[in-house]
Amino acid sequence: MAPHGNPEAPASAASEINREAPKVAATNAEGTTTAPASGPDVASHGAKEETPWSLWEVFVRSSRGLSHVHAGSLHAPDAAMALRNARDLYTRRNEGVSIWVVPAEAISSSDPDSKGSFFESPQGKDYRHATYYTKSEGVKHL
Amino acid sequence: MTSKDVNTTDTDFAIEGHGDISVGVHGAGASGDGSASATRITPGNALRPEDIALEIQRGQVRPSEDVAEFALRIGDDGLILAQRLGHWISRAPELEEDIALGNIALDQLGHARSFLTYAGAAWDKSEDDLAYFRREHEFRSAHLFEQPNGDFAVTIARQFIVSFYQYELYTKLIESTDATIAAISAKAVKEVDYHRDHSAQWVLRLAGGTDESRARIIQGFKLVWPYVDELFEDDELTTRLAEAGVTVQPSSLRAEFDRLTGEIMAEAELEIPGVPQALGGGRRGKHSEFLGYILAEMQVLAREHPGASW
Repeated sequence: MAPHGNPEAPASAASEINREAPKVAATNAEGTTTAPASGPDVASHGAKEETPWSLWEVFVRSSRGLSHVHAGSLHAPDAAMALRNARDLYTRRNEGVSIWVVPAEAISSSDPDSKGSFFESPQGKDYRHATYYTKSEGVKHL
Repeated sequence: MTSKDVNTTDTDFAIEGHGDISVGVHGAGASGDGSASATRITPGNALRPEDIALEIQRGQVRPSEDVAEFALRIGDDGLILAQRLGHWISRAPELEEDIALGNIALDQLGHARSFLTYAGAAWDKSEDDLAYFRREHEFRSAHLFEQPNGDFAVTIARQFIVSFYQYELYTKLIESTDATIAAISAKAVKEVDYHRDHSAQWVLRLAGGTDESRARIIQGFKLVWPYVDELFEDDELTTRLAEAGVTVQPSSLRAEFDRLTGEIMAEAELEIPGVPQALGGGRRGKHSEFLGYILAEMQVLAREHPGASW
């Protein structure tokens, strides 16, 4: 799905809106309307019943031919809004031509405490680098 | 500090250093050539208000009185809305939405700057002269744009109407016989297309969210819908300009606006509010009580310290 409509095709653009995007869940456990605590921000924050938005990791491809690179993270209620928030947060200075968003919980990461066993083993094993080969004559771009 | 700590610090620096290279901050060469480096980030090429000012200065463009008056209308729409939306910064329900609304405000401000710069050329005034040193009755924005932000739902309802209206307008203005109006609109229409998507997504979510959010978006539409008709009113100026091919009659945009907004409203299971329409008059300088306060806040610094820069 294109993140937003194609300006060349105005009539159809509105129909590109993602209708399948899951709606914000109504998550009031008791099913009652919690009376918002009085305060200056009630009007803009709504009732204080909502679960917090989930965390998404954002990957931006800065140019054609390059990989998507992790740019940061953000909060969004669903994937469609995560893409839009990512566009607003991470590409406002012309940084990207493509965005991926991934639920943060879907990422498994290596344990920072096992850095030794995970990453120190290759150190010193320079035979794993292509440094023992001599360049053939006439090969320019090696 | 142990040696392990030192190593950690070094690694952090190394990561940052790599980040610099990957975005091409150095080493890419400032050739300005887009193909110079695949990783180079540039601001990109687009029409800026400064470019229009330069063309005016060189005597390459100068709008007629009618075109200037028209540019003033749509420029003022954007300016007043930008001022309204800017108020959300630091106040939106979520940080992400704070930035989204701020971006939209900046887009609108950008359009306003271009249109006001162009309009000012007819009267030898700068964009700042027009923005900061006109009085309330000299503003030509429609009433919708000065309506209070209300809660988030009211702002989204207002934004929904604005962006679908502006999209229809700018799409037509790309064909304008006035090259500057056409160029500004060609840039603006892509941004407004995103505003349309942003507000439509939120209308769907608020309407389909909780009882609370649904009640609020219904109320929001009720508050802003009285100001829809004014956007599509024809008058003598638009008639003359439509004949000249500079713009189209606002009334001709209505059918498509109704169709596209109707689709989303139906999707969201919302009714078009059956509220009477306000009198309008913004295009003739007759404004609601809200504009004066907006101008007071927007103009006070420039008027207290004329010509100040920072």
